[in-house]
Amino acid sequence: MSEHFLLRHLDVPDIHKLEVYRSLGGFETFKKVVTTMQPADVLNEVKNSGLRGRGGAGFPTGLKWSFLPNTLWPHYVVCNGDESEPGTFKDREILEGNPFQFLEGLAITSYAVQANLAYTYLRGEFWQLAHSLDERIAEMEAAGLLGDNLFGTAYSLRLFTHLGAGAYICGEETALLESIEGKLGQPRLRPPFPAVAGLYGKPTVINNVETLANVTPILEKGAAWYKSIGTEKSAGVKIFSLSGNVQNPGNYELPLGTTFRELIYGCGGGPGEGRRVKGIMPAGASSSIIRVDDEKILDTPMDYESVAAIGSQLGSASVIVLDDTVNLGWLVSKTVNFFKHESCGKCTPCREGTYWMNRLAGRIASGRGRLEDVALLETVANQIAGKCLCPLGEFSVMAVQTGIKQFRSDFEELVAPSSSQ
Amino acid sequence: MNQLLQHYPAEVNGILSKYPPQFKRSAVMPLLYMAQRKEGYVARQALADIAEICEISSTEVSSIVGFYSLFYDEPAGRYRIQVCTDLPCALRGADKYLHELCARLGIKEGETTPDGLFTVEAVKCLAACHRAPMFQVQGDGDIIYYENQTVELTLAWMDEVRAKLKAGKEAA
Repeated sequence: MSEHFLLRHLDVPDIHKLEVYRSLGGFETFKKVVTTMQPADVLNEVKNSGLRGRGGAGFPTGLKWSFLPNTLWPHYVVCNGDESEPGTFKDREILEGNPFQFLEGLAITSYAVQANLAYTYLRGEFWQLAHSLDERIAEMEAAGLLGDNLFGTAYSLRLFTHLGAGAYICGEETALLESIEGKLGQPRLRPPFPAVAGLYGKPTVINNVETLANVTPILEKGAAWYKSIGTEKSAGVKIFSLSGNVQNPGNYELPLGTTFRELIYGCGGGPGEGRRVKGIMPAGASSSIIRVDDEKILDTPMDYESVAAIGSQLGSASVIVLDDTVNLGWLVSKTVNFFKHESCGKCTPCREGTYWMNRLAGRIASGRGRLEDVALLETVANQIAGKCLCPLGEFSVMAVQTGIKQFRSDFEELVAPSSSQ
Repeated sequence: MNQLLQHYPAEVNGILSKYPPQFKRSAVMPLLYMAQRKEGYVARQALADIAEICEISSTEVSSIVGFYSLFYDEPAGRYRIQVCTDLPCALRGADKYLHELCARLGIKEGETTPDGLFTVEAVKCLAACHRAPMFQVQGDGDIIYYENQTVELTLAWMDEVRAKLKAGKEAA
């Protein structure tokens, strides 16, 4: 792609400076929105653009905003910058490289739902990033882009950051809200949904960093422009975080519907010399693994529908490439260990289930396992599936189930090395 | 006497002002970061101080420390070197890197160097999968990323830190 719409710092390296961002028309869109548009018009523009949540679930953004009741006040906007999925590192790059476009999107979103206060929740490890974001927010305040009576209207807005402290679960939106409220990051029972009872019990919109960064160009260039990019059901551009066994890992901004081949080989340079792609995890450690036997599968377009059609999920588009040196039994021991560590402990299937999966997968990977451990691991995974309070528990079984189903011999090789020879 | 309030009144009030006045509890995590800035862990007195500011029990504050991995209730090395060993990093050699680093330092994962300066730990994903092996350093009230690491680079960085600390001591 010649021009970037999200990773604009790749075209304009100094765009993280307020004067540079403004010289390119930055915050003109926010001003236009506040001074000339009704909140409902902003919402409709985003609805018509086809933008879907970039955090992983892919829920239509405008529709999400429209769920906030106009009978309950105040409204809050919360940005999810917890970015903790193994394989995901896109929000960090937006916040570092192109922070004002994100902040402008957050401001526009706040106006659309008439929130006067918005929090950006950042994972604790983004410590330095949070401090630089605080400075940029202070610059916006000094420039009259935040505060009371913005642009001479009655609208006022304040932005704050809130740091997490190392908990994957806080990327789950209700756990994130609990965390801002100063509690353990454990998911809430739903309903009520955050749109009705969110932060401090009030109607709340929660959007991912990348989603909000998209809002700015949509309001600048219009819904029709945005819809012209990507596919019919998956509109727009997406940042693909490419990692694992590729020569050039990194973030690549591409239209939704770009093929795996283009990303992995065109951008990433493919796996190392003499190696071939054995599998793909398109949504980080939470993915259903795609087995690559026939290279034709690499021509699958990366949009929400097409990836679902081959039995996986696009999620947050954190594409982990696995080459033919990777043993899937080892891989599963890695992903399961992650989920076991990150389980919040609130619901039993996840708390106990990830513990047992970790024990079994660890035993298999270390070569101390027995053949029946593979079947037992699969049974435990099947018993967790569909029974958890939040997606974390469900995510923990994806690699286990799809790994064993498609690569059983990898597991058997680890537990009975002699019999497989 | 509330020592946090006494020593850092402006900072405590600055944190509280970010949240609606009736939700003081929201300040608990920022206050914990503040409390462990100097010693690298949250002392018992600080738990009580924070509880008083947030109008909750110190048991509740303690449970927050236990839940979140970046808060500590025990001292360790001045700098915690936290190496991500999750899947994407492991595919780029993070396990081998951690193993060799520990071997060169003569410690096991989770242990501290004899001079008390560096604790080396394996941690979960840090959103830097494309620049592995990598680690973050938690210490002196800061968290800093070091990416695209080799054992040699890391050891050289540790020598630098030691030299800087020594120079600082001599100057004082």
